[in-house]
Amino acid sequence: MTKRTRNWLLLAPAGAWFLVMLIIPLTVVFIFSFGERAPSGGVVLAFSFEQYSNLPARWAAFKNTMTLAPIGTLLALLIAYPLAYFLAVKVSPKWKIILLVLVIVPFWTSILIRSYAWIFLLGGRGIPALLDMIGIEGVRLINTPFAVLVGIIYGYLPLMVFPIFVSLDKLDKRLLEASSDLGAKSWQTFLQITLPMSIPGIATGCMLVFILLMGEYLIPAMLGGGKVFFVGNALVDLFLQSRNWAYGSAVAVTLVVVMLITVTVYMRLISRLGASREDVSIM
Amino acid sequence: MTKDIDCISKKKFMEKLESYRKGSITRRHFLNVTGLGAATAVLGATVPGLRPTPALAGDIGDRVILATWPNYHDVANFDAFTEATGAHVQVNVFGSNEEMLAKLQAGATGWDVYVPTNYTFEDYVKEDLIEPLDVSRLPNYDPSAFDPRYAEAGSVNNTLYGVPKNWGSTGMAINTKHNGNKAISSWKEFFDITMDKFSGRTVVHDYQLTTIGSALNYYGYSFNSVDPGELADAEKLLIAVKPHLFAITSDYQPSMRNGDAWLTICWSGDGKQLNTDIPEIHYALGTDGGEIWSDYYAIPKSSERKDAAYALINFMLDPNVNAKEVQEHGYPTADARTYDMLPEDLKNDPIIFPAQDLLSPLEFGAAVTLTDPNRAELMARFKSA
Repeated sequence: MTKRTRNWLLLAPAGAWFLVMLIIPLTVVFIFSFGERAPSGGVVLAFSFEQYSNLPARWAAFKNTMTLAPIGTLLALLIAYPLAYFLAVKVSPKWKIILLVLVIVPFWTSILIRSYAWIFLLGGRGIPALLDMIGIEGVRLINTPFAVLVGIIYGYLPLMVFPIFVSLDKLDKRLLEASSDLGAKSWQTFLQITLPMSIPGIATGCMLVFILLMGEYLIPAMLGGGKVFFVGNALVDLFLQSRNWAYGSAVAVTLVVVMLITVTVYMRLISRLGASREDVSIM
Repeated sequence: MTKDIDCISKKKFMEKLESYRKGSITRRHFLNVTGLGAATAVLGATVPGLRPTPALAGDIGDRVILATWPNYHDVANFDAFTEATGAHVQVNVFGSNEEMLAKLQAGATGWDVYVPTNYTFEDYVKEDLIEPLDVSRLPNYDPSAFDPRYAEAGSVNNTLYGVPKNWGSTGMAINTKHNGNKAISSWKEFFDITMDKFSGRTVVHDYQLTTIGSALNYYGYSFNSVDPGELADAEKLLIAVKPHLFAITSDYQPSMRNGDAWLTICWSGDGKQLNTDIPEIHYALGTDGGEIWSDYYAIPKSSERKDAAYALINFMLDPNVNAKEVQEHGYPTADARTYDMLPEDLKNDPIIFPAQDLLSPLEFGAAVTLTDPNRAELMARFKSA
């Protein structure tokens, strides 16, 4: 067996997986997106751009997704970073494991059930009732964009914590000592050593959370009461309610394109940031 | 039964067991000739808690999957069915007929029995997704017992595809505590009060048929209208109402019960359930229109457990079982045999069996109402607005 054949053989399972699970479904969706809705639902193949010209009718869904996904990612980052920092740098090794497990524990229960808990917490008899007791009346939380934001931050926080934790955990603590020996204040050390060193973790965490949020469906459906609409919800409706597969495919293709563009731009930014970081470390 | 057991000798039993193990006879045959099946049935019936296990009851398999609507069954009846047959009832709950249709159109669902509404049959037959029913396998089905108004949609071109489950109406439920103890009784009032003092407290269904239908009724148009001009009016109303809504969902009982929502489009059984538990929640039909409907038990073509499907439908059609269902979910029955078994207070209940003159403004949904692409797209625009 030549090296070449062996390489091909080793790549075959992954290649087959990509073909069956990624390339074929995406191609089907792409082809459907130029079709038309069959009279009683489904799709008739055609070559028309009608579905794409109807896209503005889902503008609000794209707008909601494109605002709430980045905001959610950013807030998750702001909440996750101190937590990850605390876990990686401040906690004794004995507690580290226990606390890390506690971060994972929510994943042992389905997000669906945890979202139901939030429905109660944010509903009229939950947090608003508590606020009412201390004199803040008429607060409405459930079925608002705020509720959706709380849900997505809660749901995706661990995905942000872990990559950042890993990058901070690997951080060589001697660098921090060296920094302070050389007279840097603690905030200078943080900005010049800790933060740049954790950029890979931040980048990975943000990417993970952002991509998943762009396709989010469940949390807006449950905590948004059908009023806070993501592209994911629009897709479910198009396939399961109005049964307009052609239009649904066009929306899906558009989402993929939007996501590709956003992620590419993001990667460029990150790699530029990474490059400049190396300059810093050489200095 | 004991005679059967006496009849078989030890040797013969071992022979039969051997052939069963080799697979040359079926489990059912084995249980019958050896009398084990009968013995188990006797034991199962006399010793409480000794349920026939699926392996022994065996006839119809170990489960049956039912696709149905929320709050629509007495769970005790499913347990009784399992007790009697060994088949567990696995329930999938749906929010709309469109969703059921979409799932069936997309391919295998695993469902054995489902509960389509009157206006869906034409499409299911046209798409060849529904199984014609063999009445000989439904001994509890007595066509003459049913009010034809609520049974006729189950037949298409003189072929029976569905047997009536329950009928009901789509009206509104209001928590009168927030409206000076006054109920409302028209869709005009429904949407007007939503944009006024009930702002943020109203729920509409996540279902184009009823939500758009109610908005059409607001203008005095037909619930079933597919006229572009009339639909445009309905859309204008819905878009204007949207900021004032609490939610767009067909699962409105939780928020009505915990007080977050005060007003909702409501199916009559939900109205009955809410009213029973919280008397200040009133259920009313629109004097300016609304929907009357009838649900049916049917079998999807794709079912792989048709024996179990027939057994379940037949079981549910038993008036004793059906009467328990009605008392649990509060939807009226079209079956005279079941009606006769209901307690007097249910027979006279104004929510379950409303007076004829209140029903007369209501319309049955039409097939075109379900499948009209413009209505579907209108609903989607409303939701994503």
